Amino acid sequence: MYVAVKGGERAIENAHALLADVRRGDRSVPELSLAQIDNQLALGVDRVMGEGSLYDRELAALAIKQARGDMIEAIFLLRAYRTTLPRFGASEPIETADMDIRRRISATFKDLPGGQVLGPTFDYTHRLLDHTLTGDTDVPPPITAPCSDATFRSVTDLLAASGLIEDETTQDGEIGDLTREPLSFPAGRDLRLQNLARGDEGFLLALGYSTQRGFGRTHPFAGEIRYGEVEVEFFAEDAGFAVPLGTIAVTECQMVNQFTGGTTEAPRFTRGYGLAFGQSERKCMAMALVDRALRARELGEETGSPAQDEEFVLSHSDNVQATGFVEHLKLPHYVDFQAELGLLRKLRAEFSQRGTGDDNTNAPMQDAAE
Amino acid sequence: MSVADYHVRDTAIPEQSRQQRRAAMAVIAQAQADDIAHGLALVGGDIAFTELRPAEIGLVMLRGRIGGDGAPFNFGEATVTRAAVQLASGETGFGYVLGRDRKKAALAALCDALWQADIYRQSVEQYVLAPLRGAQEERRARARAQTAATRVDFFTMVRGEDDR
Repeated sequence: MYVAVKGGERAIENAHALLADVRRGDRSVPELSLAQIDNQLALGVDRVMGEGSLYDRELAALAIKQARGDMIEAIFLLRAYRTTLPRFGASEPIETADMDIRRRISATFKDLPGGQVLGPTFDYTHRLLDHTLTGDTDVPPPITAPCSDATFRSVTDLLAASGLIEDETTQDGEIGDLTREPLSFPAGRDLRLQNLARGDEGFLLALGYSTQRGFGRTHPFAGEIRYGEVEVEFFAEDAGFAVPLGTIAVTECQMVNQFTGGTTEAPRFTRGYGLAFGQSERKCMAMALVDRALRARELGEETGSPAQDEEFVLSHSDNVQATGFVEHLKLPHYVDFQAELGLLRKLRAEFSQRGTGDDNTNAPMQDAAE
Repeated sequence: MSVADYHVRDTAIPEQSRQQRRAAMAVIAQAQADDIAHGLALVGGDIAFTELRPAEIGLVMLRGRIGGDGAPFNFGEATVTRAAVQLASGETGFGYVLGRDRKKAALAALCDALWQADIYRQSVEQYVLAPLRGAQEERRARARAQTAATRVDFFTMVRGEDDR
């Protein structure tokens, strides 16, 4: 248990001044601007917005700068900031079918209405360090090509048209919000997706990977991944209609998984879903794998693997909670530790009275709290 | 007087006009404050208005749909700034924009009010919306054309070993 302590004010002040100094670093090196972080470390900004659960590129860039590039610290800063603001309400659901597409690929069909566009991707790069980036670069503008007017129809839509994949229910019930009410189990899919959307990328990546390696197999195919801009609408009570707020960039992943069905229903593919702020493809795919794994019980599958354990997954996915509990171990635990020390001394005394121990146990030790 | 007192006096507005007003708001929402202000300066005249709601920063919970087309779920929040103004002639304008730019929200509210006033609509369209629309369409067209250049056609390679 952590017990409050007093003192150390000057040391803390000086430590923070020292932090500010090392954050700035060598003064002969130009200082980072938020626009530089936003533009040139854009995927880091996307991650901080996603796991910080707050879409605001400038604030995320500020958080990254303040946190010296420590992403979880930056995410923590963003989460703390959001608690200072009132909430006006909730948006209308974004329509990813109407996305202004910057990237859309499918691993299940090579020919799709609208086609496949790679967009800005690390895929098919050779992962060789590019030493030309060491200095200033002179990057030519990207190639353009005429675009077709065909809409990017989604893969799940195509499969659904022939009844080959399960439908999502569209009934609008109460929508759970874990920022308002603590999570309880079993949690509905709405709450699970909210939790995963703000969950730690590394944690979800490892869990998704575990399902591929056999701990709760789902036989996934990346039916479709799309990234682009969607418009956000908000029903403004004072205006009396849904007003457009602007656009946000999101990544969506439709994972197509092995069958359900049986005696009463024809077999069909099942779905796992991922949605993330910005271009966050790895996170989004991992989310879709874990979403599908968490549906094991609902789909009557064998359970027992970590990724299928709702309470385990949802209780440990949040890196702000996790870091809070892990890192609090750094704080003074002197009183608690005194009790442990006292107990240990007693046990050791009993042990040596039985006369079997080696005898360097009685050297007096200064109490930690003294 | 609170904003709620001005609540929905325009339910009788025909749907087409509502759609046009919404479209104007969408253009403003995606613009920069300075560009809006630049256009508004050309609308000219002394525009008399009162601030019903000073620009205020808050959050909106963004919602997605389960599976992209199913029931809604809470996806994560976004910063939003809102403002409301009323012209001396009575039109109430609302500004709701993503981000934390108070000036932009106030300008958006003013544009929305002016757009509803017959004597201003034409010049708002001409001096504010038209240039913004043009720039935004150009930006979108460029991004789409750059994306189109990355269109890929995958060919499935036939495995030869069984085809003797």
